[in-house]
Amino acid sequence: MNETPAEALSVVVERDVPYPPEKVWRALTQPHLIEEWLMKNDFKPDVGLRFNLRADWGAVDCQVLEVEWNKTLSYTWAAYGLESVVTWTLTPTTTEPHLRMEQSGFRPDQQAGLPERQGRVAAVLCEPGADLGADRLNER
Amino acid sequence: MPVTAANKVFAAIADPTRRAIFERLARSGELTVRALTDKAGVSQPAVSKHLGVLKLAGLVCDRHEGRQTHYSARPQGLTPLADWMSLYAAFWQDRFDRLEDLLKRMDQ
Repeated sequence: MNETPAEALSVVVERDVPYPPEKVWRALTQPHLIEEWLMKNDFKPDVGLRFNLRADWGAVDCQVLEVEWNKTLSYTWAAYGLESVVTWTLTPTTTEPHLRMEQSGFRPDQQAGLPERQGRVAAVLCEPGADLGADRLNER
Repeated sequence: MPVTAANKVFAAIADPTRRAIFERLARSGELTVRALTDKAGVSQPAVSKHLGVLKLAGLVCDRHEGRQTHYSARPQGLTPLADWMSLYAAFWQDRFDRLEDLLKRMDQ
């Protein structure tokens, strides 16, 4: 094994986004916009603020760790019995801005959800292009 | 249930001492509790306890020989983590798609 297991544990998604950084930042930080692509929420870009991301199946507990306007946004992400940190980085390049999401530092969450719920969420997540909303859960 | 398996593995390697023990076994091959204790910086009972957690998580296996128990790493025990990460990767790809759709619709 070449990498330290714990350090290798991160999910990274990055894409070029052909829009002004200010606009992407709005989508990442304004609650009504976050709701459109992620989940319902009571987010505010205030360091230390605790907020929830909510769906009918439950909630993700979060706390804002870092806010650097139009550049970096980082918050904790506690769900399915595990806590991790989600960091958004917006890098202006000569062509178009680059958006990177890294979720890392997975560790057990002391306030873990019910195992049953975790299993159902995992089952939903397993489906390609899975929607974490309630629709599919209700079919079960 | 994959999440439970993943949680056990995450829990096992969340502890730095256990992680160090696992990494040492992964690098060195088979070692006895005593050999592990020499460099772990904690007592032998503590090392044994950590090994028990690692074993339950499927990260190490043991082999008894006389009075000695030999431990070795099971790298395949990390599979539930890899599975879990791939679920999250799919989730975020999907959310990035939605984010791009939203950006297309938004005013400047």
